[in-house]
Amino acid sequence: MADWTEEVTQVAGSNLAIIKGGTGKPILVLHEELGHPGWLNWHAALAREHTLLIPIQPALGKSAKIDWLRNIHDLALWYSWAFREKDWFPIDVIGFSIGGWIAAEMATINARQFRRMVLVAPMGIKPPEGEIMDIFSITARTALSHSVYDHDATPEYAKLYGGERTPEQFEAFEDARTENTRLAWEPILHNPALPHFLEGVTGLPTHIIWGRQDAIVPVSAAEAYRQALRNTEVKVTIFDHCGHRPEIEKSNEFIKLVREFFA
Amino acid sequence: MNLMYFTERPYRYVPEDELIKNRAYFGLPNTFFDREKGSQLYNEYLDEMVYAEEVGFDAIMLNEHHGTPFCMGAVMNVEAAILARITKKARIILLGNPLPTFKNPLRVAEELATIDCISHGRLVPGWVRGAGSEQIFNNANPAYNREMFNEAHDLILAAWTRPGPFRWEGKHFHYRFINPWVRPYQKPHPPIMIPGVLSPETVVWCAERRYPYLGLGTALPATAELWNLYGEVAAKQGYEAGSENFGYLQHVVVAETEAKAEELGKAHLFGGGQGAFSRPEHTLPPGYNSKEATKRLARTMTAGSGGFLGVSSEQLGRAQGAGEPENLQRVADSTRRRMARGEVTIEEAKQAIYRAYPKAVAGLQIIAGTPKSVIPKLRTILEVLRPGTLGFFQSQGPVSFEDRMTSIRLLGQEVLPAVREIAKELGLVDPFERQPGQRPYTPGTARTQLVSLEALRA
Repeated sequence: MADWTEEVTQVAGSNLAIIKGGTGKPILVLHEELGHPGWLNWHAALAREHTLLIPIQPALGKSAKIDWLRNIHDLALWYSWAFREKDWFPIDVIGFSIGGWIAAEMATINARQFRRMVLVAPMGIKPPEGEIMDIFSITARTALSHSVYDHDATPEYAKLYGGERTPEQFEAFEDARTENTRLAWEPILHNPALPHFLEGVTGLPTHIIWGRQDAIVPVSAAEAYRQALRNTEVKVTIFDHCGHRPEIEKSNEFIKLVREFFA
Repeated sequence: MNLMYFTERPYRYVPEDELIKNRAYFGLPNTFFDREKGSQLYNEYLDEMVYAEEVGFDAIMLNEHHGTPFCMGAVMNVEAAILARITKKARIILLGNPLPTFKNPLRVAEELATIDCISHGRLVPGWVRGAGSEQIFNNANPAYNREMFNEAHDLILAAWTRPGPFRWEGKHFHYRFINPWVRPYQKPHPPIMIPGVLSPETVVWCAERRYPYLGLGTALPATAELWNLYGEVAAKQGYEAGSENFGYLQHVVVAETEAKAEELGKAHLFGGGQGAFSRPEHTLPPGYNSKEATKRLARTMTAGSGGFLGVSSEQLGRAQGAGEPENLQRVADSTRRRMARGEVTIEEAKQAIYRAYPKAVAGLQIIAGTPKSVIPKLRTILEVLRPGTLGFFQSQGPVSFEDRMTSIRLLGQEVLPAVREIAKELGLVDPFERQPGQRPYTPGTARTQLVSLEALRA
């Protein structure tokens, strides 16, 4: 029995697949660089009180590729156009990894688009210490493996992307990696202008959530984000013994934090 | 018949154990580079090429790879420029410049035109997409690989042939003032040749442009299949393809005795040989493959032979059109994976690598022997593929300069004359004797047979 539905809609001059589930005040969910990882515990928990709207990034899954988008900032502009056309604004937003970067870019375009913003280990700012892992020169499997700190302590790790090794999933990963390579190859998964533009964001309460042992985007970037967003209200939560996926590695705590923040 | 001498210009002093530990040539730390040895090798390789011209090769073929002891030709155009001056008559065939890795293709147009002028029109440029690892090394966005290849190609031809100054506003390259002072010596531009490992997209692209296509040691049946594809596209374009449209690169090493030749032949497998060129994650950066090739790769993937996303080289070869010498790939790949899991020692890994040698010889992936024993094998290659151009790929691995020069001498003295006779007998002409794409094809008539799989079976 599906808790969610997927439909392809014509919007902003293209076709966009949107996964929708739950009831209540909507939350826009911007997925990570490998795509939408499937309907996990945290989706189900938030869906009890919220309608989750999960657009599938253009060129992934059933969403059409938009060839003229050339970088993540372009994609943020296109999302702004598409969601304005869908009349979703103002909306609460939660973005994961590259999706967090996209959310941050959208906030710099117009902070009023969002009510509240949760960024989970977002890419987009060059970390002051350490480097964003070059996920483009490792396989998807290796990147997945690095994304969780303690596999044994993370039961949902095995459920990510359905957990099965199918040709279809291989192709889906390669589509996602290809598109994000196209958009974020250089500079490597960040935008040097982003921290400057984030200074201009006001009136957008933001919660930054990170795992201290994040191997994909070093936790030092949390402080860089906090600094950049200094003209708006920012809260930072860092989980110990946690990697790049607090939503499954510290699932209960994560759900509680997000539920309270969006209450 | 166009006979080319080719060497990867390997850095021959790298410890094999380190290659095996790294599970590939690409990515070996450059702390293993010794400047004295590097200096010596570059000069020896230039000497080899001059000698190759002296003993009768028609052409010197160069190639380009980055960040690897497999091939020191990272800046191929510099070597080509030197050859332009120190050789006299041999064509300088570049197979090729990895176009998508150059941020400034106008500079490539200038460099090649300079080489063509210095050599008095002996340059044959060739262009490649570059291996996956070249995209990583040069920070070239692999998702734009084919687009950038196509646009850089068009731009270079325009820079050579369109009167300047003019403006270029493409998708990836933008120039406000294209007016290179030095234009190629050959008119309208140097003849172009394209090498590949059997990507059907590239084969079709070549046929549409009447560029000769050269298979880089690719498996014979798959090569034959794609040459037929070339022929079909040629017919649609209204011309008849022939030997002038095709070239083939073959590992060949010759020695005074069979025992010595076997020793040199085995050096092709040093460190895992071509199968250990780069690890899968570097071979296949995201977007490097076309969507179709990714689909083929996904289909060939099966549980237990490559795992979730650990693409095996064997699978990759199949997905790319069964282009790679499968035996070498399979052995190198399974050894790499088992090494990664700590299941084999370095010594065991080496044994596994060299166990592949007899099969590689039987499958003609490596031809090593005395002149007497290699000539019939080369005849088979010529009968099966009927190429107008044949490249002789010198030994890899820790082979001495003396042994390499002996191989060149014996090739020149005994093998090249015999190959020329065979080519004459088979009616093989090269692209300089007969310009590719000049023989019209009448729709509905029988096409010339391009390959002979019967010869392979025989």
